[in-house]
Amino acid sequence: MSAAGIPRALADLLDELSFLDRAERVDYLIEYADQFENVPARIATRPYSEEHRVKRCESQAYVWAEGTGADAQRYYFAVENPQGISARSFCAILDQTVSGAPLAQVLRIPGDAVFDIYGRELSMGKGEGLLGILTAVQGFAREAATRQTR
Amino acid sequence: MTDIASRGYANPDVLVSTEWVAAHLQDPSIRIVESNEDQLLYPAGHIPGAVQVDWAADLNDQLRRDYLQREGFEALMSRIGATPETLVVFYGDRNNWWATYAFWVFQLFGHGAARVMDGGRQKWEQEGRPLVREVPSYDATGYAAPERNDTAIRAFRDDVMAHLEAGGQLVDVRSPQEYSGERLHMPDFPNEGALRGGHIPGAKSIPWARAANPEDGTFRAADELQAIYLDEQGLAPAGETIAYCRIGERSSHTWFVLTHLLGFENVRNYDGSWTEWGNLVNVPIEK
Repeated sequence: MSAAGIPRALADLLDELSFLDRAERVDYLIEYADQFENVPARIATRPYSEEHRVKRCESQAYVWAEGTGADAQRYYFAVENPQGISARSFCAILDQTVSGAPLAQVLRIPGDAVFDIYGRELSMGKGEGLLGILTAVQGFAREAATRQTR
Repeated sequence: MTDIASRGYANPDVLVSTEWVAAHLQDPSIRIVESNEDQLLYPAGHIPGAVQVDWAADLNDQLRRDYLQREGFEALMSRIGATPETLVVFYGDRNNWWATYAFWVFQLFGHGAARVMDGGRQKWEQEGRPLVREVPSYDATGYAAPERNDTAIRAFRDDVMAHLEAGGQLVDVRSPQEYSGERLHMPDFPNEGALRGGHIPGAKSIPWARAANPEDGTFRAADELQAIYLDEQGLAPAGETIAYCRIGERSSHTWFVLTHLLGFENVRNYDGSWTEWGNLVNVPIEK
């Protein structure tokens, strides 16, 4: 994929992953899942609003955004299905590599990044859910970018 | 959920409970096999002693769109330390979706000593039972498998066409949106795509997960299953039935339910499913 113009930390992570074999990649992604932090109560509490729910994500993921500067946001996540480990790892990756990045860079992340992270053997259902999380993050970035240009 | 034996299944012995598995963790005549949709789950924690069988890496032929052949199955069984007598107990995520898929593939090679752990990973986790990250290794075995037998429980497109023309029972286990043709596939998943949307004419729409209790992933009792498959949808247990989905995995769950829990006499899984039918030239489609 073309990593040009995407958040630097995410580009670095994709680069690092490209050198790992499948087993190493799995361990690497599990480490991220272990670092997952649920959305703080300051931002949202259960029951979470359906407006923030990621469409077609079987792991019941939710996404929020909060402005952290003129051109950046922090993204927050919840994953309600305890078995949604790939969703938790992806949310942790996005929190650590995309939160704080300029909006235009967030919008440039291609959907293919999901495959670059999880591998081509990803099932369609799983891929759909993960892509849905990225789409939700980009939706918040787009909204914020639109507000800027008004 | 009630005791498995009291739920009225045609073949209750095909299921084992989480309690039963917990009591047999050290039993050398048993091999516990985890099969998941999510590739991170097994390495992040699995039932002690369980091995992983991965649908993409282990069960699929790596070149053709097909399942592994006899030699591949023998190598797989050797790797997991199983003999023809080993009782293989499958479990996994998503209501045992992929566990029943692996179970079905094992039946193509006639490995009858097979069970599914009712409730799968979900129930095991909910009960707070142990999960470990240590991957076990077992002594390799010399497993002599028969050639794969595709005739009894697998259907190919020509079989489906003949079945359709004969007015046979078809079950579409995809989501209602896929059945109606409203939703095809994601643009990013060309490998699971189809050029046309809809369903095979006459197919009943019964999404696969209706057979499971969402609270704990266990199978619904026989009377609840009968209410869905027989009373509501009018399927007859004595009639020949073919189930399909998009690539044949969700429909193996329904194959399992119809065959083993409801005692349907002749059920085949059409693994070509919509990714084949929806791309075939000049076949009938209904919307």
